[in-house]
Amino acid sequence: MTIADLHTLTGAYALHALAPQERAEFERHLEACEPCALEVRELAATAARLGGAVAVMPPPALKEQVLRRIATERQEPPRTTPQSRTGGGAARARLLSRFALAACLAGAVGFGGIAVWQHQEARDARQRAEASQQHSQELATVLAAPDAKVVTGELTDGGTGTVVVSRSRDKAAFIASGMPKPPSGKVYELWYNDGGTMRAAGLMDPTTSSPSTLMEGSVKGASGMGITVEPAGGSKQPTSDPLALMDFPSA
Amino acid sequence: MKEAVQIGGTASAGPDLQDLLVQVARGDQDAFSRVYDQVCGPVLGLVRSVLRDPAQSEEVAQEVLLEVWRSAARFQPSRGSGMTWVLTLAHRRAVDRVRSAQASSDREQRAALLDRTPAYDEVTEQVEASLEREQVRRCLRTLTELQRQSVNMAYYQGLAYREVAELLSVPLGTVKTRLRDGLIRLRDCLGVNA
Repeated sequence: MTIADLHTLTGAYALHALAPQERAEFERHLEACEPCALEVRELAATAARLGGAVAVMPPPALKEQVLRRIATERQEPPRTTPQSRTGGGAARARLLSRFALAACLAGAVGFGGIAVWQHQEARDARQRAEASQQHSQELATVLAAPDAKVVTGELTDGGTGTVVVSRSRDKAAFIASGMPKPPSGKVYELWYNDGGTMRAAGLMDPTTSSPSTLMEGSVKGASGMGITVEPAGGSKQPTSDPLALMDFPSA
Repeated sequence: MKEAVQIGGTASAGPDLQDLLVQVARGDQDAFSRVYDQVCGPVLGLVRSVLRDPAQSEEVAQEVLLEVWRSAARFQPSRGSGMTWVLTLAHRRAVDRVRSAQASSDREQRAALLDRTPAYDEVTEQVEASLEREQVRRCLRTLTELQRQSVNMAYYQGLAYREVAELLSVPLGTVKTRLRDGLIRLRDCLGVNA
């Protein structure tokens, strides 16, 4: 599962809607991702409000039973690990959370970069590091946008694509998961969908191990995006059936 | 519909639930009795919305309240309010009960469970309106249809997101994002802080 996949699980996790294995995987991720943990706390508090809204009047006998049982029930000792820090204002914390999340993802991209370095000559490494850094920063800007929306879809080749779109930044990013390498002499090309007309939005770099691509150009009025397999170098217009067409979430 | 009765929830008077839980952690049974008064209505209501069966619901609600007593020392105010902590325990227990029943039951029973219609409207018809309920209801209306259905099924029926996807015939990824987007929208509408 990719980092972006994991992050979208905050809602399902807060609602106890994950399978045990996914739950365990997500909890491991939570330990390392403080912004995710903050979001989970907020969403758990939100879920609790749903619970509070269905309160009923309990039968009076229940209280007697419960009080009788606790009188003979041993209590657990407190945990002795240090408590986590408390944040400042919620709005600030939330903003911080978004930036930190972007940093988490940028960090993940950075790791991809490191994996690539090991197979490159030293002089390529620096260029690549700079490009990767810039890519991370631009990507982070989209992900950190207050209005960033995420949509995930299945690709016809078995992979999964996640699109993050920010109308305020007028940018979108595509994050692939489980996509096979394109056939020899071919590349994956991304497109903005302008009401049925496809506008080129750059190629996915086959040489990087980073799963994420910042889409070239502005979102403008695009209603969604698509991805196709094109001859090396890309095409001006799609020449094959799309692997996926995804609608952007409405604002 | 009957007149509004405020049961527990945010408008409860008296000492703060957080302070009471700290006292409970020190073995204070009187403090527990007051915690009970604040949380039992929401706990029982939530468990009943997931489990439906009144006898089982009371049994699980009792387990939840005993767990509150036993593990009050584990409650960390920095991680959320007392009510959130208690209702998270309650939801987890109710869901565990549903899933273990599913694991041991045959396919028919499971199909019957999946056949249930979303619980929220039904529940709200049964119980009296309160300000809290009205606010939650109003905010639920701001969700898209798919967001609301997904959140209702996962929370009020205790379904796993895979089951929600199956019932609504939408891809898994869509349900994941709808659950998150729906809760985020609710969070903002209700003005929830962590």
